[in-house]
Amino acid sequence: MSLLQPVGVVSFMALAAVLFSLGLYGALSRKSAVMVLMSLELMANAVNINLVALSRFTAPAEMTGQIFAVFSMVVSAAEIGLGLALVLALYRRSQTVELDAMQELKG
Amino acid sequence: MTETVNGVAFLALAFATIGGAVMMLATRNVVHAAFWLLEVLIATAGLYLLLSAEFLALVQVLVYAGSVTVLVIFTVMITLRRREDAVRPFEPGWGGAIMAALFGGSITFAIAQFTSKMPAGTFPEKTPDVAAFGEKLFTTWMVPFEIASLVLLVALVGAVWWSGGDGQ
Repeated sequence: MSLLQPVGVVSFMALAAVLFSLGLYGALSRKSAVMVLMSLELMANAVNINLVALSRFTAPAEMTGQIFAVFSMVVSAAEIGLGLALVLALYRRSQTVELDAMQELKG
Repeated sequence: MTETVNGVAFLALAFATIGGAVMMLATRNVVHAAFWLLEVLIATAGLYLLLSAEFLALVQVLVYAGSVTVLVIFTVMITLRRREDAVRPFEPGWGGAIMAALFGGSITFAIAQFTSKMPAGTFPEKTPDVAAFGEKLFTTWMVPFEIASLVLLVALVGAVWWSGGDGQ
């Protein structure tokens, strides 16, 4: 297969899978709360790419995937806003954004 | 008939997104990571343009590149005391890497397995434009749209409530 051929839906799905896995790795491995939130944004982005690509390549006239992507963007914008507010509130309490420092519930 | 898009543009944008994501996770400076995230989000807007979703590309640039990245950078600036605090220690996180690799492998396997069974799809003469998108959004999806605005309002109030914090 030549690299310069036109691409279909599988390429977009593979790209979204790689992006989601990178975001998952970041969310699981980083110890700074802000970095974890940024990795969550990567994952949300991968999901949106998948929605738009599947909508474009299976039923472009209905545009259901695009509408879903809009709602998913709304939810992830709300999520990042609340998450960063939470980070600020935690910083105000304990002067740190390290996840290792948040151990009050540890048994 | 299967629809396709330009391969060269796709390769360039895929390189930009994945490369930016790798750099975001590889850099040890949180501020640099925020700027790499900005690059990934703008490249994603390019991917939306390639998929002829112009409205989504615009929203992506406005909401993600415009406000989410600024929000992240503001939070980084507020929560750092000194310039040196932005540079973090090396965190490989092997357990997380193994989990993510397993997940990515299984998803790739599933894609390779099931895409041949996907329905072929029906394609109109030309892809619908922004006007058609707006019509769909404000007729078929009217109620979810209003609920989404309510969600945003609640999130806004909650964010102010949490981050304000003074006075109690």
